[in-house]
Amino acid sequence: MNLAARKHARSNLRRAILAAAIGALAFALAPVALRAQADCLACHGDATATDSAGHSIAVDGQKFGSSIHGNLQCTSCHADIKAYPHPDKIASVDCKTCHADQASSVSGSVHASASDHPCTSCHGVAHYIYPKDDPRSNVYPLNVPKTCGTCHGSPDLAKKHGLPNVYPLYMDSIHGFALSKEGLLVAANCQSCHGSHNILSHTNPQSPTYKSNIPKTCGTCHAKIEADYEQGVHGKAVAGGNLKAPVCSDCHTAHAILQPTEAEFRMQSTPICGNCHKDKFSTYRDTFHSQLGSLGGYVETARCWDCHGAHDVRPASDPTSPINKANLVATCGRCHAGANASFVKYQPHANARDRKLSPALYYIRLFMNLLLSGVLIFFMIHTILWVIRSRYNQVKSRGANGGKNA
Amino acid sequence: MPELETANTTTESAAKERYFVRFTRQQRYMHAVLFTTFLGLAATGLVMRFSESFWARKFAAGVGGFGAILFFHKLCAIVLTIAFLIHVKEVFQRGLLRREKGIFWGSTSMVANWKDVKDLFGHMRWFLGLGPKPQFERYAYWEKFDYWAVFWGMIIIGFSGYAMWFAPFFAHFLPGWALNAVLIIHSEEGLLAILFIFAIHFVNTHLRPDSFPMDMVIFTGVESEDEFKHKRPLEYQRMLAEGKAESRLGIAPPLWLLNFSKAVGAIAIFIGLTLLVLTLTAYFH
Repeated sequence: MNLAARKHARSNLRRAILAAAIGALAFALAPVALRAQADCLACHGDATATDSAGHSIAVDGQKFGSSIHGNLQCTSCHADIKAYPHPDKIASVDCKTCHADQASSVSGSVHASASDHPCTSCHGVAHYIYPKDDPRSNVYPLNVPKTCGTCHGSPDLAKKHGLPNVYPLYMDSIHGFALSKEGLLVAANCQSCHGSHNILSHTNPQSPTYKSNIPKTCGTCHAKIEADYEQGVHGKAVAGGNLKAPVCSDCHTAHAILQPTEAEFRMQSTPICGNCHKDKFSTYRDTFHSQLGSLGGYVETARCWDCHGAHDVRPASDPTSPINKANLVATCGRCHAGANASFVKYQPHANARDRKLSPALYYIRLFMNLLLSGVLIFFMIHTILWVIRSRYNQVKSRGANGGKNA
Repeated sequence: MPELETANTTTESAAKERYFVRFTRQQRYMHAVLFTTFLGLAATGLVMRFSESFWARKFAAGVGGFGAILFFHKLCAIVLTIAFLIHVKEVFQRGLLRREKGIFWGSTSMVANWKDVKDLFGHMRWFLGLGPKPQFERYAYWEKFDYWAVFWGMIIIGFSGYAMWFAPFFAHFLPGWALNAVLIIHSEEGLLAILFIFAIHFVNTHLRPDSFPMDMVIFTGVESEDEFKHKRPLEYQRMLAEGKAESRLGIAPPLWLLNFSKAVGAIAIFIGLTLLVLTLTAYFH
């Protein structure tokens, strides 16, 4: 019967027969409700139907029938319509009538203003709303970024609300790739971290994106890493209320998350730690590890977390820390085959400018600097005087043969 | 034919002017290997030393990143090490095995003597117009300084470089802090060598008015009698007195060699001065 309906819908008698077909289908399933739909569709089934102001008032009956609200009567939502003909102006539909929980969540969220954020801005055209596990739905996991990106991918909106323009950042991230390239339904999309109806600002302690809640939010998927993180100094500090300590997003960023084993992330990772560990970053930059690392194409070079660990950073005094004395040969040996007890006495954060900390290096550097400046200053003066004097002699004796050996 | 014309002109000018040999072919090749590998080491070394600067990163990105730079640095280092060992072997053979005179002591030696001290002060008095110009022997004091600076530099930079290259091996007999020290030593001494060669040696040897724009003798091996007499009067007089003038006569450099040397020298000086400017910008940034 459906087949027949489709075929006829394409014909010139589309309107009447579509109504009849839906009516017949409805008769078989839910006679009372569908008789009402058929009545409305007699007029609204015309794809060209408009109101007096010229706005389309057409409803594709078949599409509506397959939507999540397809088995409702039109008057279930358009409750103010009692009889035909109905007034020109009818009340706007209030989703809250049925979806009270969601509506109250939204009204407490950043999207509270109903005129700026009607339900349809995320769920799509009112008559064609699909369940969230239906690929046609605007809130199907693979469609969520595009739906949110309608607003959060607009530089104007970002500027207006002082928000980062996150959509392009997300789409180029590891989560975005997993979603758009692999179609991974489990990959984090916007609402995995932000929630859906009850989205709160990251400044709100109730928000899943509030700083101290982030490890738990990411841990929803990355459970093992969350467990590791909680064991490390950063996790303990955050749990203890120190919000200066980094959470996941401080190192990985919130939206532009990169695959950490890849060159691009390795290249940008050390300055991230350096944001807080300024002295350690400065001494690291004096070393060969840093010089190698800055130039690219050699991303294996030790970055902070290659030695210190990434999620469960532990102090050197902790016997399980990779930088604990007992573990150094193994840690350094991961890159330096043949590392031995003497080799690991190398100081990866030596500071040759600090006389008390590294006296030997301090004096070696001092000697080298004195040698360098002494030799250069002496010869600079010597050479300048020499050039002046030679030229003076050349000019005076007029013996210059083309500038050569006067 | 162009070759014949060239040959004619050089023969004519040779008839007017005598040329004397200063450097053997091997010495000239040694200098060529020295300066090519040095330029290579300097270019790659500076990129590592100033890895935070924009030009270092651009350069690194252009040649394929750090891997390519380090490979080239090590390649030049090996070639230069071999050249250094050949030179040491040569000095050892000539001075100790063949007992050649004037290698370790005397007027033709590279070893500094009292005259060099007097020349240094005399030369500076002459700069200021306070005395006569000193009469130089085969190697003047600044040339000896150049030689020993390179000699010392090769040992220091070479040793510290190999210590970093084979750090786990050197760690068997070096204390842990020495692994930190070698980088400081390597980079500071390398910087000194680079600044000295590009700012001092270039001017002292090539760009000063007596040689401007380039002293060709290290490329051609010979210099004209006039130049010889002017630059090293003592050696010239000694040569005449010992009656060795005939045996030191060389042929006038052919035009192609002069042009080739000028091109090579100009490129070397251009690269050197570019690196010098980049170094100074990075250092004072």
